[in-house]
Amino acid sequence: MTAAPSLTGTTADWVALGRRRRDGRRRTVAWGLGALLLGLFALTLMLGQSFIPPGDVLRVMLGQDVPVASFTVGTLRLPRATLSVVAGLSFGMGGAAFQTMLRNPLASPDIIGISFGASAAAVIGIVFFGLSGGAVSTFAIAAGLGVALLIYGLSFKGGGAGARLILIGIGMASMLESVIAYALQKASSWSHAEAMRWLAGSVNGATWGEILPAALALVLFGGVLLTRARDLETLRLGDDAAAALGVRVAWTRITVLVTAVGMIAFATAAAGPIAFVAFLSGPIAARITGPGRSLLIPAALTGAVLVLLADYVGQFALPSRYPVGVVTGALGAPYLVWLIARSNSGGGAS
Amino acid sequence: MSHSSPRRPARGSSLRSATIGAPPRRRSLEARGLWLIAVLAGLAVLCALSVSIGTRAVGWQEIWAGLGGATDTIGEAAVAKRVPRTLLAALAGAALGLSGAVMQGVTRNPLADPGILGVNMGAALAVVLGIAWFGMVSFTAYIWVAVAGAALTVAFVYAIASVGPGGATPLKLALSGVATSVAFSSFITGVVLPRNDIAGGVRSWQIGGVGGASFAGITEVLPVLFAGFVLSLLSAKRLNSLALGDELAAGLGERVALARATSAAGAVLLCGATTAICGPIGFVGLAVPHLCRLLVGIDHRWLLPFSALVGAGLLIAADVLGRVVARPSEMDVGIITAFLGAPIFIWIVRRQRIRAL
Repeated sequence: MTAAPSLTGTTADWVALGRRRRDGRRRTVAWGLGALLLGLFALTLMLGQSFIPPGDVLRVMLGQDVPVASFTVGTLRLPRATLSVVAGLSFGMGGAAFQTMLRNPLASPDIIGISFGASAAAVIGIVFFGLSGGAVSTFAIAAGLGVALLIYGLSFKGGGAGARLILIGIGMASMLESVIAYALQKASSWSHAEAMRWLAGSVNGATWGEILPAALALVLFGGVLLTRARDLETLRLGDDAAAALGVRVAWTRITVLVTAVGMIAFATAAAGPIAFVAFLSGPIAARITGPGRSLLIPAALTGAVLVLLADYVGQFALPSRYPVGVVTGALGAPYLVWLIARSNSGGGAS
Repeated sequence: MSHSSPRRPARGSSLRSATIGAPPRRRSLEARGLWLIAVLAGLAVLCALSVSIGTRAVGWQEIWAGLGGATDTIGEAAVAKRVPRTLLAALAGAALGLSGAVMQGVTRNPLADPGILGVNMGAALAVVLGIAWFGMVSFTAYIWVAVAGAALTVAFVYAIASVGPGGATPLKLALSGVATSVAFSSFITGVVLPRNDIAGGVRSWQIGGVGGASFAGITEVLPVLFAGFVLSLLSAKRLNSLALGDELAAGLGERVALARATSAAGAVLLCGATTAICGPIGFVGLAVPHLCRLLVGIDHRWLLPFSALVGAGLLIAADVLGRVVARPSEMDVGIITAFLGAPIFIWIVRRQRIRAL
């Protein structure tokens, strides 16, 4: 940190100092989160039903054939942990993008039904058309994007309003939920189990074939989204102010919508709709980093940490095994309580 | 943003127009009376349809015999089963319509609805916890646990929505309700997943339906529903004062907090008891009051009874529709109401002037 400006310094000096400090903190936090994520990733590879020493883990990752460890780590734990990280990064970044764009910490894609299109399509595909694997994913991704665009279109009435987008999303979500309920009711017991596994959000039995498309989508859409990070931050000031500052509001909004939903739809196709990761990552990241610029990267890292931790808890820390989505979903309730408790600090959930 | 289509301020207070959505309109007694007759006639027709139409086609003689209690042929037995079902649909629909109207009045929020506010899910969670952890089996216990769960959820959701500047806006109320619903449904999954013994029952209960109706079940829930109906209908005048805003209502001699609490208690009794017996049924409470405001205006003394009647009719109609569309099987009424209700919700949102974020 640089020394404080002398007492005679202008306001501009103090502002610049504050900005430097915040940037410094943001960088520290981002590196810290990254290190935490790496550490957790390594730990989940080593720990489990049986302990695999780090040396063996490393050799498996380098492609050597190690008895026992090759199967436990190479086939079971590594894909599982990788999918957790990829899904967590996608949900975290997509959720933070939505919360920033709509200026509301409650307005994440899993709450306002943007990602319900993917779930409903996947369940319909599994139950009624007997699809599996890649076909389900393709169907889910197409439907996820389609529903998101439909919600956006319906909310667009002489300039799309954020509030209307949220409410129409909620209405659409409850309709899709009843589609899911109906499909599950009609399902045979095999496809019912398959659909439930999908809906609960689980990284169990992950395969590289599932992970690859989600990882590619994360790189592609995430890259585009990060180039829009600045405009997205400016949108925080309100549509009018952002437009006055030279941001193309409608264009930014549709870009963010498509990239965030695309990322989330691909991750959902691979891991199912893991509840509340998109909802929780942004606020947690904001809490750690403090005020500043774009939350996208800290939120993505937080999402990955959340999924890794929750999956481990769901596997080993509870009396019976739970899919990761149940654990993360239950995390949402304390967060809501905390929102109430924080109410007197003001300015929160507006 | 969102001021794109400024509406002409309606006659009366701007608050009122913001709350109700439609400009206040005076209705003559005559028009209201005519609507009342029309709604009652429609309800009678729907009841008749509900006992005569179903998965199994039956003849007139069988219908008459079945209504008389005979169960000699399959057709007569089917008709005899449809009678309690129709009664339950009517009661549940009336309860949901009325509780929606009261909630919209109490919160002065056009999007208040037991489903949107997460109240149904709160009642469901309470019942599931009772079954799973306390081995609850008696139906009376279901009802009270569901009512308690509903009441706690209302308070919780309203508290979350009131956080931050601007208080409980429609937007924040809807969002906090949905977020709470998601969290609760995760809890339900978490509780049910390791318990294969109760999973089937809970799952079938989670989609709202009136298919399993019996006179015994209806008798159990009737006292609670009755108390809810009385409390809600008596609150009509208070809701009219509350619609003017808290300060003005207090100035008119209304005890605002008391008026809120008693009205809300009636609404919670109604939707909690309905959820206990039918499972969560969404959107009836949202759509019906809006429809009724178009018919009889915003005076709660007319609006509340009308919401109950139209709600009953809507749920019976949805039930009949569910028996017809998916022949030879049935579609639960909760699914039908979501499909009818969600487009109405979207329509309300589109015509409403939404408060900026």
